[in-house]
Amino acid sequence: MPIVKATQKHVDTGVHFMLGNYALVEGAISAGCNFFGGYPITPANEISERMAQRLPEVGGQFLQGEDELCSIYACAGASLAGAKAMTATASAGFNYMQEGLGYCYAIEAPVVVADVQRCRGENYASQADVMQMRFGASGDYEAIVVCPSSVQELYDYTIWAFNLAEEFRNPVIIMSETTIALMRERLDIPAAEKLDLFNRVYTKKRPDEYLPFAAPEFGCPEAAPLAKGYKTIYSLNPHDEEGRIDWDPVVFDKLYKRITGKILENRKRICRTEQFFMDDADCAIVTYGSEVRPSLEAAHMAREKGVKLGVLKLCNVWPVPQEQIAEAAKQVRRVFTVEMNIGKYAAEIERVVNGRCPVTRVTKNVGLVHTPEEIFRAVVEGTK
Amino acid sequence: MECKINPNRRFLRKEKLPHFFCSGCGCGQVLNYFTQALDALGMETTNLVTIGGVGCTARIPVYLLSDTLHGVHGRTLAWATGIKLMQPETPIVIFAGDGDLASIGGNHLIHAARRNLDVKVIMVNNMNFAMTGGQVAPTTPEGMRTMTTPYGNAEPSFDVCELAMAAGATHVERWTTSRPVQCVNAIKRAMKHKGFSLIEIISQCPTHFGRYALKTGDPHALIEWIHSHTYTEGQEGTHTPEELSHLIKCAEFRREERPVYAGTTRPVAGGVK
Repeated sequence: MPIVKATQKHVDTGVHFMLGNYALVEGAISAGCNFFGGYPITPANEISERMAQRLPEVGGQFLQGEDELCSIYACAGASLAGAKAMTATASAGFNYMQEGLGYCYAIEAPVVVADVQRCRGENYASQADVMQMRFGASGDYEAIVVCPSSVQELYDYTIWAFNLAEEFRNPVIIMSETTIALMRERLDIPAAEKLDLFNRVYTKKRPDEYLPFAAPEFGCPEAAPLAKGYKTIYSLNPHDEEGRIDWDPVVFDKLYKRITGKILENRKRICRTEQFFMDDADCAIVTYGSEVRPSLEAAHMAREKGVKLGVLKLCNVWPVPQEQIAEAAKQVRRVFTVEMNIGKYAAEIERVVNGRCPVTRVTKNVGLVHTPEEIFRAVVEGTK
Repeated sequence: MECKINPNRRFLRKEKLPHFFCSGCGCGQVLNYFTQALDALGMETTNLVTIGGVGCTARIPVYLLSDTLHGVHGRTLAWATGIKLMQPETPIVIFAGDGDLASIGGNHLIHAARRNLDVKVIMVNNMNFAMTGGQVAPTTPEGMRTMTTPYGNAEPSFDVCELAMAAGATHVERWTTSRPVQCVNAIKRAMKHKGFSLIEIISQCPTHFGRYALKTGDPHALIEWIHSHTYTEGQEGTHTPEELSHLIKCAEFRREERPVYAGTTRPVAGGVK
C-alpha cells in the first residue's frame, strides 16, 4: 500500500504557539517534504527561512532560486527525481510560476505550491487569486486547491496537499492568505503514528514493459525512477502512453480527458467541506479561507437574533465541492457567498446552486477581512 | 547489397527516425557528434537525463534513448538544478539553442554557471530563432537581416562563452559544425568534467538564417561561411590582427576545477561567517 505513517523524526509533536507560515513548513516536513525551492517575496518569506533551517535537519535540500521560474522548475525536476517538492510564493510571484505549473500538470509531476495571497504589492488580506489558482497556466488541466482558515489548518492541509499531489500526480496549491500566514495561534502537532502519508506509486515493471503514461481512463500513471533505464520523455507536448510526442487528435483527446478526468471524476474523494449550524438552517453562507471565521461569528450573532443562519465551509475550492454546495442550496431559502475579492468564486457557487435558491454576493476587496458585523448586516439585509 | 547501419543508432529511438530537422541543419550533426562522444567514452544513454527546452536544438534529446525533459522554453537549467540536488550522481546533458539558453534562459545560465552546477550544456548557436521562423536572437551579428530586423540588426550580439566564464563556468569551449573532430573531443571533455560545462557549437540554419541573413539556403555555402568567419588558435597566424577582430575564436577557453553545487547539505567551507 502507498499509505505509510509519518516519521517521528520529522514530526515536532506537541502543543505550539506558532506563526502560520511556520505551521505550513512543519506540515510539509511532517508530510515528508525533502525539497524546497523558493524566491523571496513577502508575506511568504518565513516559509523559505524556516525551510532553509529545517530541511538540512531531515536530510532534505533547500534552494533559493534566482527567480520564481527557477524555483518551480527545480521543484519539477526534483519531483521527477523522486522528491516531495514544494515551493512558496505570494500573488505577484505566483504569476511567474504559472508557466512551471503548466508543465507539472502536463507531465503529471506532483508538486505543492503555497500561494500566500496578498493585495497588489502589499501585505493586505485578499482572496483575489482564487480563479488564477485554477486557470493560471495555459492549456487544459484541473487544479487541486486547498484553503486553510487557521494556523492549525495550515499544518493539517499542507499534509493533505502533499497526499493529494502524490496520489493524483498533480500539482496541489495551498491557498494561504496574509491573514493566517502572519498570525500566531495555537497549533497541535500530533504524534507521527496519527499521520497517514500517501507516497506515489512506483511501477514494479521492468523498463522494457513500462509505459510511462498508461493509466485507467480517469486514473493516474505509475511513476518510474529517473535515470534508471526507463527512458521516458517528459514533454509538455501532447504525448501518448509511451511518452512519445504526438499531435494525433485521438492522442490529444485521450490525454487531456484523462488529465482533467483524474481530478474531476475523483471529485468526491478529493473534496472536503464542513458544516456549521446547517441542521436547521434556512439560509447559509458558503465561504472559504480566512473568511470562514468571521462568517461563523456572524452565524452566532444571527442565531442570537433568531435568524437561522448556517455556514458551509469549503476546505478546498478546486475541484468545486459541487455536491455539498448543491445539497446546502436545496435546504435553504438563500445562499450568501462571502469572499475577499470583487466576487469571483461567487459565480461558481451560482453555477452550482443553479437556481435552487437566490444567491447574494457579500464581497469586499479593500485589504481587510470582513468583520462579523458586516456579514451579519448583509445577511439581515438579504433575508428581509 | 548489404545495408550498413550506423552503430551509434543504438543510442536513438528508432521509431522517431527520420528526424524532423530541415535538410542541411546542423542539429543532426550535433546529435551525431554527441553519440560519437558517448561511444568513444563507452557511455550509455539509459542512465542519462537529457534536457531540451523549446526550439530546434531542444528536439535533439527527444531522439535519445534516455530520460528526457522537454517542452518549456528556457528552463532547462532550472529543471537540472532540481534533479541534480536530488540525484547528484546522475549525468545531465542539456541541448539548448542560443535563444533558449542566452535569451529567455539567460538568467538561469548565469546562475547555474555561478553555482558550478554539474551539468553539460551543448548550445547549438544558429544565430537566430529558427523554429519560430528566423527572428533576431541575442547572438545574431550586428547588421544582419532577419525576419524581425528587416533593416539590419541594430543591437550588438552576445559572446555566450565570455558570459558563462564571467559568471563562473568551469569548462567552456566553442567550435563549429564544420569542425567535427573538435566537437566530439569537446563533448568528451565535457562528459568527463566535474562541474558546469558549456560547449557552444556554431551551426548552420539553411532554412532561415541562411536565406535571410546570408542570402543562401545552401548548407554547404553556409558551413563555408561559418568556417571562414571563425578561427582556431592554430589559424591565428594566417590572419592580420584587424582581420581577427572581425572573426570568432574557437577554442577550449577554460577547464578548471571548483567545488560543484551540492545544495544545502554540504558544510560551508570555514563555517558560517
